[in-house]
Amino acid sequence: MSTTQEKPMTLKSLSHKQDLLSGGHRMCSGCGAPTIVRQVLLAIDEPVVIANATGCLEVSTCLFPYTAWRVPWMHSAFENAAATASGIETMYRSLRKQGKLKKEMKFIAFGGDGGTYDIGFQALSGAMERGHQLLYICYDNGAYMNTGIQRSSATPFGADTTTQPAGSKIQGKTQRRKDLTRIMAAHNVAYAAQASPHNWKDLMTKVKKALATNGPAYMGIVAPCNRGWRTQTNDSILLSRLAVDTCYWPLYEVEGGKWTINYDPKDKKKPVTEWLKPQGRFKHLFAPGNEGLLERFQKYVDQDWESLKKLQEMSKS
Amino acid sequence: MKQMNWKELPHAGTILKAGNANEYKTGSWRSLKPRWIEENCIQCLFCWIYCPDSAVMVKDEKMTGFDYDHCKGCGVCAMECPGKKGSKAIVMEEEGK
Ligand SMILES: Cc1ncc(C[n+]2csc(CCOP(=O)(O)OP(=O)(O)O)c2C)c(N)n1
Ligand code: SF4
Ligand code: SF4
Ligand code: SF4
Ligand SMILES: [Mg+2]
Repeated sequence: MSTTQEKPMTLKSLSHKQDLLSGGHRMCSGCGAPTIVRQVLLAIDEPVVIANATGCLEVSTCLFPYTAWRVPWMHSAFENAAATASGIETMYRSLRKQGKLKKEMKFIAFGGDGGTYDIGFQALSGAMERGHQLLYICYDNGAYMNTGIQRSSATPFGADTTTQPAGSKIQGKTQRRKDLTRIMAAHNVAYAAQASPHNWKDLMTKVKKALATNGPAYMGIVAPCNRGWRTQTNDSILLSRLAVDTCYWPLYEVEGGKWTINYDPKDKKKPVTEWLKPQGRFKHLFAPGNEGLLERFQKYVDQDWESLKKLQEMSKS
Repeated sequence: MKQMNWKELPHAGTILKAGNANEYKTGSWRSLKPRWIEENCIQCLFCWIYCPDSAVMVKDEKMTGFDYDHCKGCGVCAMECPGKKGSKAIVMEEEGK
């Protein structure tokens, strides 16, 4: 059910729109998250209200008395962006019913992986189950970056974090990451998807779809963080592209139970070491004696990728 | 900026000037500075869509330069710039040189 059937999306046509995230915010130089937010906001044509969970994006775009947001935006605690957005959306429906509001509006909640996979999980699960007309977007940088790189349940296996540091006892995170996009799909939401900022067209098309759908929607977006990933400031787009080309972060969507892989690299699928190698948080995995850990990482990626292809196949009929 | 006391603060700490972070200049963070080489530019606008700091200026569908008041010098634009025939249209140079 698409409400916005327009001419093909091009950067030239998009460039006429106003940027709804201003410069002058205090995210680190080269951070992936603000690029994601700019793309999300550029994709929307209707008035939108945002709720933002505490995390890098929230604290760094809104340092009183400054805000980088050119849309109504509400600070939330670390754990309740989905509840905040649910409340705003419910109030909107009530005002519409009472005839006090005529405009069609959209609602988005932004949360980091800590605020989404961990502490905000029950608020998110509840909002999705109750069926609010909102889009929850997790910008996933794979740790609690704002407080100093603590591990989350989104942190990849083997990654060095300050709470599971690589040393003589352990080699970074010992567990596999949680697959939240699939958990959201298991809520039977109207729309669930994964996206990456390197593929702006795919990301923005998904935002449009998610907002046009009738029911709750979830998007997970890979968000390179040069501080926590221990990389350069200029490689956020390069690393998000590699995350997809290695199938660490496949681009796919689930609509009404139908699974679609949006990009299949086929025989161009790169070994995951190409994504791991430039990142300092995985440096120890390349030390002699840790070959087995790299193999395990690759095995996890392959297992998830193969099962994703099966889900696509199974939901075809 | 003058500090406000509690009586002067807006109700519930709201910020009523949308996008006023624009008044805050992050350009001083830069140690590297992007330079645009117009003759190598194919106007793909990749620099614009990937910049985290809304610091690539576009007018009439064309890249016109950088907003150095806000550009933090990350170099993402230069990294993603395809340029023309293998020559980049954005190069990063040391600040203050
Ligand atoms: C209840 C509560 N516990 C702890 C904190 C401190 N805190 C603020 S941001 C943050 C981490 C956020 O991590 P994530 O959601 O992944 O976002 P990121 O900073 O990585 O973008 C923590 C622990 C808090 N604000 N509230
Ligand atoms: S710590 Fe990471 S996520 Fe946070 S602002 Fe810096 S680069 Fe972005
Ligand atoms: S160097 Fe970074 S902040 Fe400056 S214009 Fe390029 S992408 Fe934007
Ligand atoms: S990325 Fe390079 S070629 Fe493309 S518009 Fe920007 S400067 Fe020009
Ligand atoms: Mg995080």
